Amino acid sequence: MKTKAFNGVSRRAVLGGIGAGLLASTALPGGAFAQGAPIRIGFQLHRTGIGASYGRWYERTAQAAAKLINDGGGIGGRPVELVFEDDGTDPKRGAEVVEKLTSQAGCDVVMGTLFSHVVIGSAPRAGELKVPYLVCSEGYHVASGMLNRWTLQPGITDVRCQIASMAPWVAANLGKKITMIFPDFAFGHDHRDFFTEAMKAQGGEVIAQIAIPPTESSFTRYFPQIPAETEVLYHVMVGPAVLTFVKELGEFYGTGAKPAMFGFIDSLEAVDIATPGLEFLEGSHFWEAHNRLKPADAGEHEAAYRAAVGVDDTGASISDAADVATYSHMFSTWETLFAIKAGMEASGYGGIADRQKFVEAMEAMTDLPYGIERPQGAKRFNGKTHQVFGVQNISQVQGGKLVRVHTTSMADGEYPDAVDYTTMAF
Amino acid sequence: MGDSAHPPHPIPHPNPRCRPLSFGPFLLLALLEGTVTAAVLALTAVGLSLVFGVMRVVNVAHGEFFMLGAVVAWFVTALLPGPTALVWLLALVIAPLIVGMVAIAADRLILRRLHHAPEATIVATIGLLYILQQAALTFFGPDARPVAAPFTWRIQLPWFGYSGYKLFVVLAAGLILWGVWFLMTRSKAGLIMRATQVDRDTAQAFGIDVNRVYTGTFALGAGLAAVAAVLVVPVQQAHYLMGGDPLLLSFIVVIIGGLGSLRGTLVAALVIGLGDGVISMVFSPTLAKIIATLLVALVLVFRPQGLFGAKA
Repeated sequence: MKTKAFNGVSRRAVLGGIGAGLLASTALPGGAFAQGAPIRIGFQLHRTGIGASYGRWYERTAQAAAKLINDGGGIGGRPVELVFEDDGTDPKRGAEVVEKLTSQAGCDVVMGTLFSHVVIGSAPRAGELKVPYLVCSEGYHVASGMLNRWTLQPGITDVRCQIASMAPWVAANLGKKITMIFPDFAFGHDHRDFFTEAMKAQGGEVIAQIAIPPTESSFTRYFPQIPAETEVLYHVMVGPAVLTFVKELGEFYGTGAKPAMFGFIDSLEAVDIATPGLEFLEGSHFWEAHNRLKPADAGEHEAAYRAAVGVDDTGASISDAADVATYSHMFSTWETLFAIKAGMEASGYGGIADRQKFVEAMEAMTDLPYGIERPQGAKRFNGKTHQVFGVQNISQVQGGKLVRVHTTSMADGEYPDAVDYTTMAF
Repeated sequence: MGDSAHPPHPIPHPNPRCRPLSFGPFLLLALLEGTVTAAVLALTAVGLSLVFGVMRVVNVAHGEFFMLGAVVAWFVTALLPGPTALVWLLALVIAPLIVGMVAIAADRLILRRLHHAPEATIVATIGLLYILQQAALTFFGPDARPVAAPFTWRIQLPWFGYSGYKLFVVLAAGLILWGVWFLMTRSKAGLIMRATQVDRDTAQAFGIDVNRVYTGTFALGAGLAAVAAVLVVPVQQAHYLMGGDPLLLSFIVVIIGGLGSLRGTLVAALVIGLGDGVISMVFSPTLAKIIATLLVALVLVFRPQGLFGAKA
């Protein structure tokens, strides 16, 4: 038996291959595997309750982001570990979850959740525990100054910014007499207050405000309150009954005369727009933060992001076409995780003693360029208000598909600061 | 991230045909919605009322039997092949059977061991409520899932559109309620159930197997809740937390109508359903709930046995 070759491959070739492999592994950042004790990031998750469809996708997206961070060497060389805990989409349990993740699970920071009543209920506890609480909730409660120095929103724009960007377009393109339908809690009240104010600035008028409890399961009886002179019906709905809401709206208007419609995609998150009964939405417009249907001119990182979170080009799960993503919200968990990485690395974060340094480093952030860290788009963080600003999209339902027709500029969504958290004590 | 230019797109104009809903059509829509609510409510509450009337058991888990009916309907329509209408009809048969069997198991394993004592069974059915709810969460998941209606015919009235299926719900609920009334007043099973309701000990002395009557009544009550759920799930979606509202409204109806009185339950369901429809539309849904609850308080104070209930 010859010793020179092993399975027909020469010793020289094997050695050469090993050498090349070693070279490649040191040259690629992916080879620098994270080492040391993990950084534990607590995640307050809507796994059950009325926010469950968001929770499912938040978990998948956050895990995909954590995997990418770990493959790239972790945070400051340490691996990231996510600790998920269900909050039942319930404010009381939300505060308990923050406590549990901080005190029992020993998490370095806690990532917050979507529903604004849970965030508002949990943030005070995070402030008392002096743990950084990074939320993905869209509400104006962060930038309004209602919360505390430990609460930041670096991964998603707030409702006030979204509306400031939408109102001029709605007034110019759809109409100036608006009726609003919104859920009757903090998030919906932000919509009500800021859209009404923003329309006034555009010379328009909100002629009716219809508040619907977020746990409602039947909607037809609210629709007769829509005044007949309504030019635009502005709708934003959340909860498990969103599909019923749009279906009943379709039954109510059907083939008869109807106003133009402008909706926040929340009314259709996790719902297939091609569902029978939704044909009446054809031609209507939606706000989208991140376009569910991949636009032809999507950014260079869009494909990699979709592959990482397991979403196809139509916005549904790769493994189950019936499982539609909450695509316009879930990117916030991805971007928040990368913001945490940037903040920890900038502050030289070593452990829970450095929590304050981490918050200060976050407050020092400003421009956040487009990249795989921010697949939704470039953003600008306002350290004083703890709120991030970015671009928004408007889509139109064309042939049963949500097609992007407009993208706002970052300046469209700006508004004066209402608070300076950096002057508050820790 | 794309350019911010405006691509050309159609600009919709407010349609001049879009006229205000004058009071006539407005009231019509309110009454339609109210009738649907009343029909489903009557079906759900009749089950609760029967169980209390015959067994003297206040079944706090009644709303979960309703939820279970909707969840089973989802499984049947999602798993079985065939035309939408046919699988939905199958669900209408299978769901009450399965839910009835769950109820039989609950009666044999829990209620019978407590000798159907009123206080103990309240606590036990609260426990059952959580067990069923968490089981649905575990096996069905936390999402709301739609069940396709057997048909999608839609009526376009001159003022607004209305789902033809909702009218079918009213018709079907009416038929089933007539069946329950027929069973209770014209059949031997009904006679035995009424005999047990009037006097349990005497019924037993006459050779009636009271335990079997109880099990059957509990299964029938749960099955009726399940039927109501299968009827309503195409307009509401199945969700593991959907049992709360029907339970509350059923209690309101049963207390106002008189626990154990079929006639009272029907009348109260019509009053609450139509009242809810009209008040919700003319004023607000919250006011409708406030008034219904106030009505319960007034009935409890001035006529504790309910409008049609016999004095305890």
